Amino acid sequence: MDEKELRSMVERMVLELAGKPAAVTATRPASRQEDVSGGCLEDITQIDLRRQYLVDNPRSGQAFQDLKLKTPARLGLGRAGARYRTISMLRMRADHAAAQDSVFSHVPDEFAVQNGFVPVQTLCQTKDEYLTRPDRGRRFDEENQAVIKKTFGQNPKIALVVGDGLSSAAIEANAVDCLQAVRAGLKAYGLEGGPVLYVKYCRVGASDHIGDLTGAEVVCMLVGERPGLVTAESMSAYLTYKPHIGIPESKRTVISNIHKGGTTAVEAGAHIAELIKTMLERKASGIDLR
Amino acid sequence: MGEQLLSVGIDIGTSTTQLILSRLTLENRATPFTVPRVSIAGREVLYRSAIHFTPLLSDTVIDAAGVRAIVEEEYRKSGFDKSQVDTGAVIITGETARKENAQEVLAALSEFAGDFVVATAGPDLESILAARGAGADEYAKEQHTTVLHFDIGGGTANLALYQNGELVRTGCLDVGGRLIKMDKDGRVTYVSPVFARAGCPAPAVGQRITPEGLQPTLQIMAEALEQAAGLRPGRDRLDAFLTQGTRWTVEEVPVVSFSGGVADCIYDPPPDWLAFGDMGVLLGRAIAASPAFQKAGRFRGAETIRATVVGAGSHATDLSGSTIFYRDITFPLKNIPILKLASREEGGGPEELARRIKDKLSWYQDQGGLVQLALALRGESNPSYSRIQELARGVAEGLAPLVEAGFVPIVAVEADQAKVLGQAMAALLPGPLLCLDGVEMDNGDYIDIGAPVAGGAVLPIVIKTLVFHKS
Repeated sequence: MDEKELRSMVERMVLELAGKPAAVTATRPASRQEDVSGGCLEDITQIDLRRQYLVDNPRSGQAFQDLKLKTPARLGLGRAGARYRTISMLRMRADHAAAQDSVFSHVPDEFAVQNGFVPVQTLCQTKDEYLTRPDRGRRFDEENQAVIKKTFGQNPKIALVVGDGLSSAAIEANAVDCLQAVRAGLKAYGLEGGPVLYVKYCRVGASDHIGDLTGAEVVCMLVGERPGLVTAESMSAYLTYKPHIGIPESKRTVISNIHKGGTTAVEAGAHIAELIKTMLERKASGIDLR
Repeated sequence: MGEQLLSVGIDIGTSTTQLILSRLTLENRATPFTVPRVSIAGREVLYRSAIHFTPLLSDTVIDAAGVRAIVEEEYRKSGFDKSQVDTGAVIITGETARKENAQEVLAALSEFAGDFVVATAGPDLESILAARGAGADEYAKEQHTTVLHFDIGGGTANLALYQNGELVRTGCLDVGGRLIKMDKDGRVTYVSPVFARAGCPAPAVGQRITPEGLQPTLQIMAEALEQAAGLRPGRDRLDAFLTQGTRWTVEEVPVVSFSGGVADCIYDPPPDWLAFGDMGVLLGRAIAASPAFQKAGRFRGAETIRATVVGAGSHATDLSGSTIFYRDITFPLKNIPILKLASREEGGGPEELARRIKDKLSWYQDQGGLVQLALALRGESNPSYSRIQELARGVAEGLAPLVEAGFVPIVAVEADQAKVLGQAMAALLPGPLLCLDGVEMDNGDYIDIGAPVAGGAVLPIVIKTLVFHKS
């Protein structure tokens, strides 16, 4: 048997094993090329992971799917040999990329102006500095201090602050709707929200410097959360009663998971408004509020 | 959190009247770092009354004083005072619900039993409470299966079909243990007119019967139940015994469960077939002997004869969502009918929404003008604030006639957005306002709303589904 004969025999066997007649496979490459050139790939990040169940021949598939609805964890993905399937790998990388993008991209400068917020910046001058020097993300230089004092005046009841934090996407997706709800809610309780400060390169601890500068009773800061693989758009609200530099973290009240799959921006805003009212009444926040 | 509510359940049935007291434990299931989510974490029955025969003055009139005396006596024996009762439900079931003074007895008793004890009736609700009292809904959820629950009492068999914990439908058959009564010697003293209507052979009053003699009747009744579970072909027997004005869609079910007085006679029948002076023991034996039911999967519930009363005491009360809005409300609010818009009617601008609400308000007008009602909305999953404002304007404007007539605007939303909607509406409407969420209701339902619990975060509610025909 010469080499050519052997090769054709192996080819035939492979085709038989694959269960496909030779004629069909021969025409496939051509037709596939047409598909790709004409169309557009599906956006795999649009698939709801809670409803994606990839196990072949499951014993209790329905039960597993019901459980999956309760968690964003990547379960029931099936496998290809010993590995994840391509779609699971790609989705993981896509979500990771979204998280990274969200950390490294900036909230556009127009954002503050368009929404009538007063823009300031912490001591950080670049994203790199912001990520590597948390301490500088908590303080303001003299120029910015003057702006903050002018914005809130002395001893305001409430200081509303928006900070980019670690997710610009979270702020762009939630902050405006949330603040509108906070303001309307405060009004319903007979309180005024006042102006809103927008802080670039912001850490939660910036609240404390703002407290020292203005003597505000409650500082409410909406800030982008460190993104994870579930969502890059999660925002938190940190509320502190009479914050000052050196205040323990335990004196903060936090509402986390504000995003479209968690607590919605508007309902969180309404809750925050009531929380501010309660803090002003009870003169406390964090563990003191329990 | 660990706050507890004392809840009472009272069941005035065709043959028996019972009372239970149970403790509901509330717990915030969310982490301290998010918006609270309070739910009922535990239900524990603290006291079970004796099982009393329902006192009747005649075939058509309930002995109201007698029922009240039973409740009073059982409260005394339990060691709890009715002033301690936070919530609960009185349900009037089976044939008793058709008595002349059923409504009056029910209303008087719910007032008497405690501040927020809710009056309920109707075969749909009875089916649901019995199934939940027995735990059939939990079983269907845990096992990812479909369970058909039969609560077979004196006058009726109440059916509730649960699929993975979700209620699919309810139904009612005129199959019960006291449709034929006899004296100590087996002489028939009462035969329900049901048999004549169903075209089912039955003995005559005064006739002396034996278990063997009653066999054809029992067989047909058991077959009606088998057909309801899809375990026997056809639906002739089923249709014959279907309670007038009700429907039942047959599908074959993998698991059945039984409660009610007859269930005790399925699992452990007393040796004497005349033990209760009725056909209950024999009906239980007939169901136990049915080959079709023997082949089906069986869930044996935690409660049998007490399923309905435990359902009323432990499962009737629910909680609203944990972000709600209320202002100047005098709780409790009782028997509030629901006005629900169709989902496509919720879209559109505020003017359109207001017009639609006003249109529908007139449906609920009686001779005396408007009545207090609650507007039910589905809401949206992630609305913008401007959408909330539109909604608030539309709803406030739409409910204006109600407010002018001196009623409280009540809005119940399914999606989690009551607090923001309430705050937005508060700016538009002076005076009392109530906005709650996490409640799914439909036209024809009624809701009772109790005073806030868990530090004011949630409201105990009882939803009374009077017309449940989801088939």
